[in-house]
Amino acid sequence: MTMKVLVPVKRVVDYNVKVRVAADGSGVETQGVKMSMNPFDEIAVEEAVRLREKGAAKEVVVVTVGAQVAQDVLRTAMAMGADRAILVRTDDTLEPRAVANVLKAIATREEAGLICMGKQAIDDDMNATGQILAAKLGWPQGTFASAVTIADGRIEVSREIDGGTEVVSLTLPAVVTADLRLNEPRYASLPNIMKARKKPLETVEIDSLGVDTASRLTVVSVAEPLERKEGVKVNSAAELVEKLKTEAKVI
Amino acid sequence: MTALVLVEVENGAVRQASRSAVAAASRFGAVDAIVFGAGAEAAAALPGVTRLLSVPGLVNDLAEPAADLLAARAKDYSHIVAAASATGKNILPRLAGLLDVQPIPDVVEIKDADTFVRPIYAGNALATVRSADSIKVLTVRGSNFDPVAAEGGSATVETIEAPASGKSVFVKVELSASDRPELESARVVISGGKGLKDAANFKLLEPIANKLNAAIGASRAAVDSGFAPNEMQVGQTGKIVAPELYIAVGLSGAIQHLAGMKDSRVIVAINTDPEAPIFKVADYGIVGDLFEVLPTLEKAL
Ligand SMILES: Cc1cc2nc3c(=O)[nH]c(=O)nc-3n(C[C@@H](O)[C@H](O)[C@H](O)COP(=O)(O)OP(=O)(O)OC[C@H]3O[C@@H](n4cnc5c(N)ncnc54)[C@H](O)[C@@H]3O)c2cc1C
Ligand SMILES: Cc1cc2nc3c(=O)[nH]c(=O)nc-3n(C[C@H](O)[C@H](O)[C@H](O)COP(=O)(O)OP(=O)(O)OC[C@H]3O[C@@H](n4cnc5c(N)ncnc54)[C@H](O)[C@@H]3O)c2cc1C
Repeated sequence: MTMKVLVPVKRVVDYNVKVRVAADGSGVETQGVKMSMNPFDEIAVEEAVRLREKGAAKEVVVVTVGAQVAQDVLRTAMAMGADRAILVRTDDTLEPRAVANVLKAIATREEAGLICMGKQAIDDDMNATGQILAAKLGWPQGTFASAVTIADGRIEVSREIDGGTEVVSLTLPAVVTADLRLNEPRYASLPNIMKARKKPLETVEIDSLGVDTASRLTVVSVAEPLERKEGVKVNSAAELVEKLKTEAKVI
Repeated sequence: MTALVLVEVENGAVRQASRSAVAAASRFGAVDAIVFGAGAEAAAALPGVTRLLSVPGLVNDLAEPAADLLAARAKDYSHIVAAASATGKNILPRLAGLLDVQPIPDVVEIKDADTFVRPIYAGNALATVRSADSIKVLTVRGSNFDPVAAEGGSATVETIEAPASGKSVFVKVELSASDRPELESARVVISGGKGLKDAANFKLLEPIANKLNAAIGASRAAVDSGFAPNEMQVGQTGKIVAPELYIAVGLSGAIQHLAGMKDSRVIVAINTDPEAPIFKVADYGIVGDLFEVLPTLEKAL
């Protein structure tokens, strides 16, 4: 197999952090907050590395669109087994449409045979970049993947849907977006973290790609959701049922 | 302004989330609807729908032909709307890609024709965003818009040929058979977590669900451990529910789980750990062993 797998990864606020809305309502506090690779992207990296280990792919290339510091998630991905990395450098925050334009340029330059990415970034929760990218490339898409198999120039994708699981078969090249149960990502071992430091990391200035990265959405404000008040503790199931009937009037 | 709503029909009935999408879309002006596969009759009966585009040949909601077809029709519309369901989230962002617009997912409030509120960071913040695109492509959360009735309308029906699917082929689908109400539209939801310990114990939720006509949900940990199938997962990356009553059994209430249920009207938590974060959002809490509480609860109902 000569197929190259491209894995876009995003640096996001760690999933354990409960974010706070900035006092001026312009966004959320990210100063001094722990950042990590988007968990769905770890799953995508793991899947790509497994495809290479199984011989279904030749090379795993990770790419991120972000500031210089976003390099750390590329190093993590290489410690997990990706072969090389591309940082498309920008200090702006891009929307999925713009990210897709950048990724399309990189996928075309790299002649990627498969793009394996997260279904959703846990900061903006858009769940959109993969689908937009697939449309722009004119490739088929296998979203919310819980299993993939490659055979005879096609990829079969099991997808988590509202009522159960669906299987689709796509021609390659294709875009696959990873759901939680696609795999359990490995931890990077210390020797692999050391090795990853020597793997190639190329920096591309975003302007050199000549793609449209304008935003179509303006953030008017960001607000805290209404907090729920902590309720009361009851001592027995009987008391609970009583309260649900007479106080909450819900049953 | 006219909006086009992608309507999902299941077993001959329009899904509640799609009826909510029709209600949301009517805020923009006139509403047309489009339905893929069977179900034109049910969709044409939705109140407020003027015209129905029926594509009987496009079965199984394959995103590629569906998005192609929507893109070909898009210029007639100011807004293209779907429920924030697996189908809506698969097809609409692809359509947005074809139209080169930025989609607006998971809308919970419509401020005006261009301005929308959507949750970010697992619902820990609400962003109000204004779109500069000429065609707005959005998915809406069913729980935030009261659905239109299932009947009462009489849309004119235009039947459309399905485009060739080409690069994608449907292989099969495995749907879980269940007589229970749908998670997203149930009045009562009872969810179990890792605290239930195994798949056999998970069934302890059933008698209570039967008594309350409730849907059954699960935490990610319960799904990952094989206690429940994936379509039962409630949370940031599972289903978003806002029932009248949500009963959380043996689940801790991680941020990602709360994202899927904290808009429920009344929340009940049963957990041995008084410090479990689920109690922070619960109206009524029982600190206790679920294996003792569940049987007594069943009897008390
Ligand atoms: C408070 C707030 C204010 C904002 N303000 C602005 C603003 O003023 N202007 C603006 O343009 N945007 C703004 N944004 C949006 C920006 O932060 C989001 O990154 C953007 O909308 C992308 O959404 P997503 O990452 O949720 O995409 P998703 O579609 O959920 O991402 C899916 C997948 O796409 C891939 N991916 C996504 N982004 C990248 C990336 N950068 N590099 C590599 N792969 C990637 C990953 O594989 C990821 O798993 C704002 C967001 C917030 C929360
Ligand atoms: C990217 C990402 C996305 C995620 N998306 C989701 C999502 O959509 N939905 C989701 O739910 N999670 C999601 N998670 C996982 C989430 O972070 C938690 O790990 C998960 O919700 C924990 O499940 P749990 O509460 O069942 O398990 P635990 O946290 O292990 O809690 C079990 C609880 O059971 C209680 N318990 C134990 N024994 C008993 C007993 N005998 N009687 C009563 N109580 C008992 C314990 O006190 C404990 O509070 C996501 C995580 C990530 C990283």
